[in-house]
Amino acid sequence: MAAKASDGGNHREYCEGVCDLVALNRTMVKPTIADHRVADTRGAPRKLDEIIIEPGRAERNYWLDLWHYRELFSVLAARDVAVRYKQTAIGVVWAVLRPFLTMLIFTVIFSRLAKLPSEGHAPYALMVLSGMLPWTFFSTALGDASNSLVTNANLVSKVYFPRLIIPTATIAVSVVDLMISFGIMVGMMIWYAFVPSINILALPLFVLLAFLASLGPSLWITALNVKYRDFRYVIPFIVQFGLYVTPVGYSSSIVPAKWRLLYSLNPMVGVIDGFRWSILGGGSPIYWPGFAGSLAVIAFFLWLGISRFRKMERSFADLI
Amino acid sequence: MSSSDTVISVEGLSKSYLIGHERQTRGYQTLRESLLRGLKGFGRAAVDTLRGRQILDGEEIEEFWALKDVSFEVKRGEVLGIIGRNGAGKSTLLKILSRITEPTEGRVRIKGRVASLLEVGTGFHPELTGRENIFLNGAILGMSKTEIKRKFDEIVDFAEVEKFLDTPVKRYSSGMYVRLAFAVAAHLEPEILVVDEVLAVGDAEFQKKCLGKMQEVSEGGRTVIFVSHNMFAVQKLCTRGILLDKGSIKTSGSIDNIIADHVSLGVTDRFSNAKISRQPQIVGAQILTVHPRTDSDLQIMIEWILPLDVPGIKVGIGLNTPEGQRVFDSGPEDYGLRSPDRKGSYKAILTVPSNTLMARRYGVSVGLWKGSANATVFDHQNPAIGLSVEAVPVGPYSHQDTRDGFVNVQCDWRLIAE
Repeated sequence: MAAKASDGGNHREYCEGVCDLVALNRTMVKPTIADHRVADTRGAPRKLDEIIIEPGRAERNYWLDLWHYRELFSVLAARDVAVRYKQTAIGVVWAVLRPFLTMLIFTVIFSRLAKLPSEGHAPYALMVLSGMLPWTFFSTALGDASNSLVTNANLVSKVYFPRLIIPTATIAVSVVDLMISFGIMVGMMIWYAFVPSINILALPLFVLLAFLASLGPSLWITALNVKYRDFRYVIPFIVQFGLYVTPVGYSSSIVPAKWRLLYSLNPMVGVIDGFRWSILGGGSPIYWPGFAGSLAVIAFFLWLGISRFRKMERSFADLI
Repeated sequence: MSSSDTVISVEGLSKSYLIGHERQTRGYQTLRESLLRGLKGFGRAAVDTLRGRQILDGEEIEEFWALKDVSFEVKRGEVLGIIGRNGAGKSTLLKILSRITEPTEGRVRIKGRVASLLEVGTGFHPELTGRENIFLNGAILGMSKTEIKRKFDEIVDFAEVEKFLDTPVKRYSSGMYVRLAFAVAAHLEPEILVVDEVLAVGDAEFQKKCLGKMQEVSEGGRTVIFVSHNMFAVQKLCTRGILLDKGSIKTSGSIDNIIADHVSLGVTDRFSNAKISRQPQIVGAQILTVHPRTDSDLQIMIEWILPLDVPGIKVGIGLNTPEGQRVFDSGPEDYGLRSPDRKGSYKAILTVPSNTLMARRYGVSVGLWKGSANATVFDHQNPAIGLSVEAVPVGPYSHQDTRDGFVNVQCDWRLIAE
């Protein structure tokens, strides 16, 4: 109505404009379809692929679509990174400050007060930090990704694209945060004059593993969160609870051997053990049966997350 | 070859939603009743969650068919207009065609890349600059980076925002914002373009430009599906049309016939809406004057409900020609009054003075909104009711049915003989 109110005064002008157009229209020669094809600057005429929309039809070319929309993935991730620290006084420093302060506290409590052992010869603070970084990544990724569809509701209800892009792009943003907080790691290594071994080259693999470990549960919970907003209350609980059953402030080697395998079913145990192995070197060997268990759990959650997400994806626009 | 010319074919398309209603109760509830209700609701939500069903508020659940058995075909290069009153199912149809939501029944076959423009500026981020938003919005609409880069200058030119490219869009005026948003969308090059009521924004100058761009798109041999309340634009742009009413196709065929049907559909002198929502809404509108004539004062009554306090809400009516062009609009604010903004239900009676309208048919639209340039519209019924004014048989204002124009402005004539 308001828009109408404002155009009321200009109506005459508007109509004249349209009439001009109509006149213009008459003088123009309608280009044929062939002309259009030539004029189409996208190059060779593509084969027109047929889309069929039916109830319950899983799109056959879903993964191909996902590939077509890969740029949207990077654009959305870039948007979130650009927006994340806008209008904050110290900006990116927040990404560094939070894990750093937590590391200080954990080191004091677990090493000085509880007198827990470190791994190999590595300083305790470095050990805490190498667990802290993947854990912070996991918890922010889980939290942000789970809410990602709801916060991007306007996109979901107005445009089509494979919805997987939204939570995945959100997790990619957490990867950027992780990269930034690696700055502290480098600083701490210099402070302690700690030279990492050749294992450090495997670190990107473990970052990928951390990504996958958070992707699975995130997809599952984000899909559920669209339907039942209860799940947003579940995440902080998981994160708080998880901090105790994950070797962040302590080494996983202090877990009694008979419980070790069960303990490793927590997917982040494998990820953190991997981080410590590659950052701290041979002093913190990987417990292989446990690592395999973590991998299996990560794979299971990934399968569960993707399949649940795909199943519920079709109704997102109606429910959101 | 005729079948290969069909780019969209829709067969028996239906879409249903489940909606919950609160059972109507008497004005107040005892504490015990509301506790019991809350408990019941909680129990049901828990059961629904466990069974993986949708949670709905209210005790009565109704299956609502937004679309029912809709079939049609669109040929390459055709510009199809879809019209109908609010709630006729237009937006649902577009959402299905653009793959945002799934149909409940039926099937659609589409040949070619579809780009849909259901809203201007989808995904615009207020903190990002104009330049960043062009890339963001383009990617959301399905353009590739190289495609956007190639058209970047054209887009900026069209939107007339060169100077503010590196300013966050939250600092833009609403006009600039809309121009930029439309500019990006206008430079999409899909085989099929689906557009929903985007011309309703922006100033007249810009609307003209948008219409021109749309015309250009359809001239280019591309297929366009266009939804609008602006019958004028529909008539100019579209070759063929579909009139939707209550979820099914009422008529389809040449655009002129469709528009005529649409107008006659609106000619009832009473409108009422019993569907209760939590939004401020128009619940009724009616012409109080029996047998309106050009020489009678015309009284129109509107009724609306505010389920909560909405500071700054405004009510207003507009009188339109059958083609949907605004003749005039009016609101209490024009007369130094203020639309009520407290929770409650309201009625207003408005009088159009005698000898103002011509002997013609008009559509009356009623709206509730807030803000001015970038208004939040809570409800807009267009046309809510039809108004048919008859000519007076004798007297100075007779024969108003044979004259041109839509208003009778009482001018002062002095004839001077030299």
